[in-house]
Amino acid sequence: MTVTVPESVAEQPVRTRVTAEARRATIIGFVLLAMAAIVLWIFGLGVEPGATSTFNLSLPTDRFQDLAWAMNARTLSLVAAVLLAALGAQRLRRGQLRWTNAVLGVGLVLFVLSFLAWAAAGSSFSLVGMLRSTVISSIVITLGALTGLMCERAGVVNIGIEGQLLTSAFVAVVLSSAFGTLAGVLGGMAVGALLGAVLAWLAIRFRVDQIIAGVVINIFALGLTSFLASRVLSEAQDLNAPARVPGFRIPILADIPVIGPMFFDHTFFVYGTLILAFALQYAFFRTRWGLRARAVGEHPKAADTLGINVYRVRYRNVTLGGLIAGFGGSFLALAQISRFEEDMTGGIGFIGLAAMIFGRWMPLGALAAGLVFGFSGALAQKVAILGTGIPSEFMLMLPYVATVIVVAGLVGRSRAPAADGQPYIKD
Amino acid sequence: MPALAFVTALIIGAIIIAFSDVDSLPRLFTEPGAALSSMAGEVLTAYKALFRGALGSVYAISETLFAATPLVFASLGVALGFRAGLFNIGGLGQMLIGGMCAVWVGIYLDLPAPIHIALTLLAGLVGGMLWGGIAGLLKARTGAHEVITTIMFNFIAIYLVQWLLTIPLFQEPGRNNPVSSPIVPSAQLTPLFGSTYRVTIGFVVAVAAVFAVRWLLFKSSFGFEFRVLGLNQQAGRYAGMSVPMLITLAMALAGGMAGVAGANQIMGLAPFKASPTLAGSVGFDAITVALLGRSHPVGVLWAALLFGALKAGGREMQGAAQIPLDLVVVLQALIVVFVAAPALVRAIFRIKGESERPTQLTKGWGA
Repeated sequence: MTVTVPESVAEQPVRTRVTAEARRATIIGFVLLAMAAIVLWIFGLGVEPGATSTFNLSLPTDRFQDLAWAMNARTLSLVAAVLLAALGAQRLRRGQLRWTNAVLGVGLVLFVLSFLAWAAAGSSFSLVGMLRSTVISSIVITLGALTGLMCERAGVVNIGIEGQLLTSAFVAVVLSSAFGTLAGVLGGMAVGALLGAVLAWLAIRFRVDQIIAGVVINIFALGLTSFLASRVLSEAQDLNAPARVPGFRIPILADIPVIGPMFFDHTFFVYGTLILAFALQYAFFRTRWGLRARAVGEHPKAADTLGINVYRVRYRNVTLGGLIAGFGGSFLALAQISRFEEDMTGGIGFIGLAAMIFGRWMPLGALAAGLVFGFSGALAQKVAILGTGIPSEFMLMLPYVATVIVVAGLVGRSRAPAADGQPYIKD
Repeated sequence: MPALAFVTALIIGAIIIAFSDVDSLPRLFTEPGAALSSMAGEVLTAYKALFRGALGSVYAISETLFAATPLVFASLGVALGFRAGLFNIGGLGQMLIGGMCAVWVGIYLDLPAPIHIALTLLAGLVGGMLWGGIAGLLKARTGAHEVITTIMFNFIAIYLVQWLLTIPLFQEPGRNNPVSSPIVPSAQLTPLFGSTYRVTIGFVVAVAAVFAVRWLLFKSSFGFEFRVLGLNQQAGRYAGMSVPMLITLAMALAGGMAGVAGANQIMGLAPFKASPTLAGSVGFDAITVALLGRSHPVGVLWAALLFGALKAGGREMQGAAQIPLDLVVVLQALIVVFVAAPALVRAIFRIKGESERPTQLTKGWGA
């Protein structure tokens, strides 16, 4: 995909690639200029001159209360427009190729800030609330991305993440309603791992096309969970009432303004995800296990020659990936939504795959990309409440549009593991 | 072999029905005999209803053809994509956008029936082509994998259609929910065997489309180039074909077929209105149909008839035996797994046979 630079491209002389980068810098320059124009005309001149926007920086549960940032909406937007125009013009000058992504990131932050100031003009808006829900919505996406990279680093494409999330969400809800949270999470993870093993079995033992196997798992999961939801959950409604997941406030750290409520006042799912991302980064790039898994994903034949059991590594990684997806599905159903609904995943598994690509197949990259996608989701929800005159449907499209932009490579290209998606046939 | 796959899927489906029987399940340990026989009874009732609803009467057969019609169109789209090495799972979005275009032509134009019907179907084709073409263009220009982009365009289309159906251009006057006005009678598809039976001339158009796509794929030069693209992109490029143009065109055509399916869902089904759920599950059923039909247009026709029968029977099963229609989706997924992995079925039934090449219709991420 975007991502894979075919060999013919990789071997092209350096000059062509510089030209491609220059073209990208030019495109981003024009994008920044367009954003400057929108900020100036709509967000800057479109508000009452004296309107004040207030961003609240503390939640009612915080130790330090009443932190807020009040500013004149028009002034903020005018400053942002000038900065955006300057950044854009600088990109359009010859030879300005470095830091393109960083400049684009800064530009997007400026754009979103002035958009929020415009949307909240004359009233207040809980910025910290939005950042907190950014973290919460990023969890399933990050876990989906970690599932994907767990499998793809070993050379197996997992399109079935969506189905693994959905099935584990269902099992987690039923078991949690009957036996409590722990049973729910363990059951959800077990079922995720089971579906991971099925995918590995189809892909490795029967060499079924990996994308087809994944899509079939998705369809099967959607059909089965919907079937069971209308046949079992509608009759036994007490099975769709999962136990409340207790939160754990980390002492001292949770009292830090803004950062505290964002990261340190959550359920164990959130801490688990953060720790997992760091642990996987270490495991993949600093341990023997990680080196072997990556070898299998890059050049299975070489790995085999060196005595690594390719099939075993693939089975293990894909099953572990399913385990992670099961953890994600349990979080979604037990902590985020707190019940099971038909097709409750709504494409999150695929957004997770996009986050994996955006994060360049790196665990910490997946975490960062998950936060970016989580932010677009949180923004959509909160702005829909503000009532800006923009139809809420367009705000709700935002995460999906962002995903398309990411996979279309507007934010830079990355490279998939070389043997990704190819069955390995041992001689 | 496909027959064995079908039987295996039905057996697993029976197990699922039996073990989701909330009334009998707790009795399994106290009085196993009675519980098992009541489960077996449940399965038997369900499958009897399934058969009755699919083939049990003239009306049932008409329902089967009626359910197969949109499946044929949408699956031809998926199959066309497969042949060109593209996995189009955006049928849902393409149906929605095609349906909206069709509804516009169906509401606002005033023409004699045959021309109006043709134009409305054409509008569906164009709408679907546009929506699928965007994904194709992105793939051709940037390499963005169509599996992710088409899924994302499904969600974008859902929200877009939800919004479109609330603006005065489309929304039925006096409604609060997203529903369009009905299309005029001259754009509605004529029933094939009188108004008792729901099957329309849409089915005839679908069969014609099967042969049109077969001609396109196997007799025209475009089809040849599509198939080269699917088998070996490098070879195509080396032979001087414009690969980006072919990718865009293939995705557009695939989307166009799904768009016609979307138009059919409005033109061939009372109350002849568009709603955000107009595509139902057809967009995803189409994937399984195309896989079962091995991406051959005629195979797709038979597969669509089979799944149409399952769907019509599934409705009867839902009504008469209270088994949710979603079971049919499970059966479809199972059938496809067993068809894609013939060795699996052989292992289950312990049949010896030389191993055949597994179905390999798409290429992984990289290719």
